[in-house]
Amino acid sequence: MESYEALVHSGFEGEPDVRDPKTLAWLIRRNGLEMTHLSRGSHIGSVLSVAEIIAVLYARVLNVDPKEPKKPDRDRLILSKGHAGSAVYAALAETGFFPVEQLKTHYANGSILSGHVSHKGVPGVEVSTGSLGHGLSVGAGMALGAKMDGAQWRTYVVLGDGECDEGSVWEAALQAAQYKLDRLIAVIDYNHMQSLATVDETLRLEPFEQKWKDFGWNAVSVDGHDTDALLKAFDWAKENAGSRKPSVILAHTVKGKGISFMENNILWHYRTPQGEEYDAALKELEAIRP
Amino acid sequence: MRDAFARVLEEEMEQNERIVLITGDLGFGVLRQIHRRFPDRLINAGIAEQGMVGLAAGLATTGRTVLVYSIGNFPVLRPLEQIRNDCVYHKADVKIVCVGGGFVYGSLGMSHHATEDMSVMRAIPEMICYTPGDPAETEAVTHDMIWRKGTCYLRLGRGNEPKVHEGPVKGWTFPKAITLRGGKDIAILSCGGILTQAMDAAERLAEKGISAQVVSFPCLKPLDTDTVKDLLTNFRRIITVEEHTIIGGFGSAVCELAAEEGTGCRVKRIGLNDCFTTVVGDRQYLRETYGMDGKAIADKAEAFLDE
Repeated sequence: MESYEALVHSGFEGEPDVRDPKTLAWLIRRNGLEMTHLSRGSHIGSVLSVAEIIAVLYARVLNVDPKEPKKPDRDRLILSKGHAGSAVYAALAETGFFPVEQLKTHYANGSILSGHVSHKGVPGVEVSTGSLGHGLSVGAGMALGAKMDGAQWRTYVVLGDGECDEGSVWEAALQAAQYKLDRLIAVIDYNHMQSLATVDETLRLEPFEQKWKDFGWNAVSVDGHDTDALLKAFDWAKENAGSRKPSVILAHTVKGKGISFMENNILWHYRTPQGEEYDAALKELEAIRP
Repeated sequence: MRDAFARVLEEEMEQNERIVLITGDLGFGVLRQIHRRFPDRLINAGIAEQGMVGLAAGLATTGRTVLVYSIGNFPVLRPLEQIRNDCVYHKADVKIVCVGGGFVYGSLGMSHHATEDMSVMRAIPEMICYTPGDPAETEAVTHDMIWRKGTCYLRLGRGNEPKVHEGPVKGWTFPKAITLRGGKDIAILSCGGILTQAMDAAERLAEKGISAQVVSFPCLKPLDTDTVKDLLTNFRRIITVEEHTIIGGFGSAVCELAAEEGTGCRVKRIGLNDCFTTVVGDRQYLRETYGMDGKAIADKAEAFLDE
């Protein structure tokens, strides 16, 4: 029987180039589909929307080393929207933090790869999340500690847009601005959809960029599926060190991106890809292989 | 207790520059000296307890011991999930410090009466809960807490509390209970600042010829089970007292052990009996109103012996 790794890597000539953000984003989608299919899991829509954000971070932005996951000067990443955990697991496995083969245990009995991202026993994961609205505060604390030490590493926090309903996000936003944490970089996977309805129909966030600016942050909006635009935005955020303000990138994304019948379809927050739907999704992914 | 805590913390901060204190916009008078001496290590998180505890968890990942300071329920109930998920689960070196356990802020009303904190904190896996009974016990446990790695909860009373121990508590070892008064008829087990009332009750019982042993538990979790087992073996009647609900806290912990041990010793819990406070008053007034002052404890002990 073909191994899991051979399955998700089939079609590539040799090893896929995981330093290429587009390739890594595709692998996140491919693994995300396979993991949710095997486990009958959920949140595939969120994994597909956050794919380029996570890919650009792991392929090009983060100073992390799979051989030394705890090196003191590493950048820290917190996936505050923990339900998109399979995207981070996939990126970590594909970039060498742990075997790709292990991804097939996602959700399984006895697995350490929980549906919401977990740090216990998983190299490269800093913080376990799952309950929304926690990550930015913890990230602010990390950035504050780095600042007190005069360290150069940065803290990245990936949030969901629906997550910004939580008051605790805005407590953290005030605190990060107050402590002038200019090495704290938040990225919002702004896919405009929550689990039951659109953001606008639930708790409207607009004018979202202005809100962050009003809270004392540097803020910029980009196409969250354009890897070049994301890279440029991360460069901008990194250069903001010295601005005495934290930075946020509002990455406009499409929930379910890359698989036509999942795009902007609320059903795919929880629905699991099986049968004909799985086959169709796989076919569509093959068509966009980089 | 509050002042003893601040004194010890100042000493420890002087010795260890990796200790940071975060306050939830409270403690102006108490923390003034610490602020004066270590301005870079006293952070005001504002009135934002969830953010405060998350911030503490993140800060602890950078190799710091972080104390979070607020009053009553604010550092416990409001950021409960941050304590559970971000601190304890991650083994973060964060110390949650509550000033005002029980009826300390009696006149301020129900919102300020911390009467379920011990049950809630105790239920979190791996959480360590310190519950000193007077300023001397506070000194001993605060040192221990700061040196102990991991997330801890410290439940304090207020400033200017009466001393129960005549001098400092010397050689205290975690998590030992402390016997303050020997006795043979009944044992009164006390947790937290209600210790003064337990001692008062023992005095009243002595006047009636009843010999009561008083034992203070400056650590609620882990419970000093050796001492409790000895007491369950050596006494036929035990009373637990706590300025707190009787559900899930100290009395419950003792009862759990009593049931498992099956020594035949009966246990009566004294505390709030599944009710909110609906009147206000000073701490002693509320203890009297809710049947946990020295006289009430003595009366209940006497009746219990007759059962």
